[in-house]
Amino acid sequence: MSEKSLTGSALLVNDVGLHARPSVKLTQLAKRFGARIEFARDAAGPWVDAKSPVKVMRFKAAKGETLHFRANGPDAAVALAAILALIEGGFATDGEASSQHSGT
Amino acid sequence: MMEKRYMGRCASPGLALGPLVSFAPEAHTRIASGAVEIETEALREALAIARADLRKLVNRSTCETAEILGFQIALLEDDVLAEPAFLAVTEGRAAHDAWRAAMDAEIAGYESSDDEYFRARAADLRDIRDRVLANLSGSLAVADIPPGAVVAAVDLAPSRFLGIDWSQGGGLVLTAGSATSHVAMLARSRGVPAVVGLGADLSELAGPALVDAHRGVVIVDPGPAARAQFEIDARDASATRALADAAALRPAVTSDGTPIRVMLNIADPDELTGLDPAICDGIGLVRTELLFHGRHGLPDEEHQYAVYRRIAEWAKDRPVTIRTLDAGGDKPIPGLTVAGESNPFLGVRGIRLSFARPDVFRVQLRALARAAVHGDVKIMLPMVTLPRELAAARAMVDEEIASLASRDIPSRRPSLGIMVEVPAAAIAADQFDADFFSIGSNDLTQYVAAAGRDIDAVADLADAVAPAMLRLLRYVVDAARKQNIEVSLCGDAGGDPRAIPLLLASGLRTLSMAPALVGGAKLALAAVDLRLLPEPARWPR
Repeated sequence: MSEKSLTGSALLVNDVGLHARPSVKLTQLAKRFGARIEFARDAAGPWVDAKSPVKVMRFKAAKGETLHFRANGPDAAVALAAILALIEGGFATDGEASSQHSGT
Repeated sequence: MMEKRYMGRCASPGLALGPLVSFAPEAHTRIASGAVEIETEALREALAIARADLRKLVNRSTCETAEILGFQIALLEDDVLAEPAFLAVTEGRAAHDAWRAAMDAEIAGYESSDDEYFRARAADLRDIRDRVLANLSGSLAVADIPPGAVVAAVDLAPSRFLGIDWSQGGGLVLTAGSATSHVAMLARSRGVPAVVGLGADLSELAGPALVDAHRGVVIVDPGPAARAQFEIDARDASATRALADAAALRPAVTSDGTPIRVMLNIADPDELTGLDPAICDGIGLVRTELLFHGRHGLPDEEHQYAVYRRIAEWAKDRPVTIRTLDAGGDKPIPGLTVAGESNPFLGVRGIRLSFARPDVFRVQLRALARAAVHGDVKIMLPMVTLPRELAAARAMVDEEIASLASRDIPSRRPSLGIMVEVPAAAIAADQFDADFFSIGSNDLTQYVAAAGRDIDAVADLADAVAPAMLRLLRYVVDAARKQNIEVSLCGDAGGDPRAIPLLLASGLRTLSMAPALVGGAKLALAAVDLRLLPEPARWPR
């Protein structure tokens, strides 16, 4: 990518890692933003599209892994903050908690 | 037409009469067109139909099923999923071949995972694969099944069961399947008569059929005699049900005026739908195995919390006793229970398995402590043998509550009790400082009698009210009273009108039973005069 990416990382603290429900939550949140959002196990990549539930599930991230994120686009900063908060919060306890990120 | 009789096992009792409709989603008779454009369009359309069908299903599903469907929809909405299939189609492959190959590759990726949570999702992908294949082959969609039909299939995915309109009655007949499967549980909770393990080929099942699920009988092309008998049975069944339904709402009290607490045994919150909490004093046993069972793998904390919370909210202020996972024995769970034990009933089951898999156990304890905020949730440990097991579990509950508190997640400490079902625990009941005892008479009976409940040849030895059992019950009840511990009984005997007088004579005042048995049990209770009962069985001196 030519333009400068915003990056950040978060530890997967929820018990089951990025399995079905967290994957759906992550992709639903990512899709609310125009920015291109990707993640990886290593800060150098390879990068995976955070808006594709199929790809997120193929990635099979387990509890205790650190995920690196990068975002590109006009709303990259807000998107990155929301996604890191979602993961660090253990994918929240219920629906209300995840939707409050979209309001920021 | 010749009447044909088939025998299977009852998965959900009841009677049904209707036309048989065979449902065979795996029958792929599609012939490829040979044209890339037509194949591409066929696949695109089959995917669109699958998405639309799943969205419709979400709207009439319970929250847990809706979550599974939501995951499937998310995958189907992702173009990445069908990308390899569309690519193969442009290279000349038939739509159904291309789709199957692409999905099989995707499924293999899940199945190869070291993580059982991921492996378990393979079932969801197989469901998606078959749904789209069914659309491609043009085989019967569930929406086309006429209401009131007797649906015949080899086995049926829960999502397909939920897609069928059962409002006009009907029945379910499976040539494979198991009475403990998810679809059997759904059939019970919806009151759909179901017979499984039918010794028949699906192709034989056509024409009008009569289902007597209680007896496990399916009669195809029934003659006048069978139809006349059915009419009589149906009338009897509705009269009996009316009597029991009326009794269910009466207070549970013996003829001498002693109140008895009547609790429910349930395995799924769906069983509570349409049930008036006023028929009971609470829930004495929530089995949690179905949550962990089969198709959708191990449930995470959020899923379990949502289910437990729903049950607690249904019960309002009444107690809800939730048993931690009692897998093993006759209830294996792939990827969790120990396979190949020479005698699973004496092996790693119940709390023993929970200690062997603390990762899974702790998830459940957290979900329970969180649900306890919403009602009087109690935790019950199955298969406890020694007091130190109770102490170890208590320490784990404390640790998980502390962990929730450190993350500012609301929780409450539930009371912690044990199932008394291992003879060692019953005989040394005075040694356990549990918050409550619940006598699991099914397992206690089979262990005391050394007669397996799954072995027909010795079934009559396994008598829950034999003298040995009544002495033991009396002892457990006395030991509980001395320590001020609540005691109840939650085995099948608790809802059996013939056993109830003997259980009351043993000192029990709380019985837990399947919701359908409450009416009959209250009628039986009302006929008991405690003053006239024989002296309770005691140890001879």
